[in-house]
Amino acid sequence: MGAGKLQVALYWGSACGGCDVAVLDTNEFILDVAAAADIRFWPIAVDGKYRDLEAMADGELDLTLFNGAVRNSENEHVAKLLRRKSKLLVAFGSCSHLGGIPGLANLTSRDAILATVYHGNASLEPGSSGLPQTVTPVNGAELELPTLYHRVYRLADIVAVDYFVPGCPPAPAQVQSVLTAVVKGELPARGSVVGAGERTVCDECKRTKSTKAIKRFFRPWEIIQDPERCLLEQGILCLGSATRSGCGVRCPGSNQGCRGCYGPAPGVTDQGAKFLSAVSSTIDSKDPREIETILGGLPDFISFAYRFGLPASRLQRRHGG
Amino acid sequence: MSYEPRIVGFLCNWCSYTGADLAGTSRIQYPANVRVIRVLCSARVDPTFVVHALASGADGVLICGCHPGDCHYAEGNYKTMRRFPLLKRLLAAYGIEQERVRLEWVSASEGQRFADVVADMTERLRALGPCRVRSGLEADLVTR
Repeated sequence: MGAGKLQVALYWGSACGGCDVAVLDTNEFILDVAAAADIRFWPIAVDGKYRDLEAMADGELDLTLFNGAVRNSENEHVAKLLRRKSKLLVAFGSCSHLGGIPGLANLTSRDAILATVYHGNASLEPGSSGLPQTVTPVNGAELELPTLYHRVYRLADIVAVDYFVPGCPPAPAQVQSVLTAVVKGELPARGSVVGAGERTVCDECKRTKSTKAIKRFFRPWEIIQDPERCLLEQGILCLGSATRSGCGVRCPGSNQGCRGCYGPAPGVTDQGAKFLSAVSSTIDSKDPREIETILGGLPDFISFAYRFGLPASRLQRRHGG
Repeated sequence: MSYEPRIVGFLCNWCSYTGADLAGTSRIQYPANVRVIRVLCSARVDPTFVVHALASGADGVLICGCHPGDCHYAEGNYKTMRRFPLLKRLLAAYGIEQERVRLEWVSASEGQRFADVVADMTERLRALGPCRVRSGLEADLVTR
């Protein structure tokens, strides 16, 4: 980058805010960022309006960290705006990388979601039938809300993305290394996943692995875990075998199964289908009926297998629109 | 043009592929809707292959392996047996009908059985119509 200060923006689409907090979690490093960079736009931390963004010249920003999925017309509009204004656009965190938790909405339809929230919710007043409208006339003026899309999109489905930083949220060390690499101009080939490994979480997990032969699956709270043994061998779902490494094995290291937030391991085309293969192979039975019973212990397997990456699957459910 | 289902058939080298071969050498007639891919074992059929086939335009996927107890690799077909129910559940979450994926045990001597399975699956898929799964993006984006 040039001699002057780095021009930086951070934005959230459909997201929980955790990625923004992850940036703040770099502690005093954020002061180094402030010294090296002008933060031009960051809704969670500094004031700024879309019109300020619109007023910038194309390519005026050196770097934008975009977290969150694209769920509605506002997300799409700002994603396209930031793409134009930024030299480097980084999909930051699971939601912009793969669709993230909001992406699970793609298992159902927009209409079903709206009906549940606005018509079928137990806490609604009886007879409530309103739905949010994109345009509402009020006293001769028009109030506008973003249009909710039929499905959740990854950032890369909408605009060209230069780099992907996985994680829910990305670890502070990753944030630091990405920002440092930008400042020094030491970045890998465009389109790369940065701040992550090239193997699986399993490869880096220190738990001992031997024969996997289980008769039932356990939810984590149903069992006292052996802190040394592979979680899958104990019947606890762990996505480590299908997930990209680089997180430092944070979850299995804390006695929790890997949730898969770093996305598919390199070479894996469909994280959920790959995980399916690993999990079902651990079952110790040769009887189809017993196998069904054991699999019955996985009531919501799909949401687990694709927890952070359903919109990245090659298959997509077809619904209206 | 009338709809002809496209079936991708994964056949294990040791039993089912030989069974399909027997159907051919025995001149048993069966629909030409199946595109056969020979794999060394039904357990080689990674669920991602099935996802790939369906996302690429297959209307159905047929997996054939040795009968339980007869696997050339002793236990491979049991792995397939354990994966298959979960695979069907995964596909159901995408709205894919159960009949679109099928697991059958076909031995090297069951040429007729292979032909019958393909004929039956073809008719079921014909009744079901094209697979409505989609791998592209829907056009609900608003461009401003």
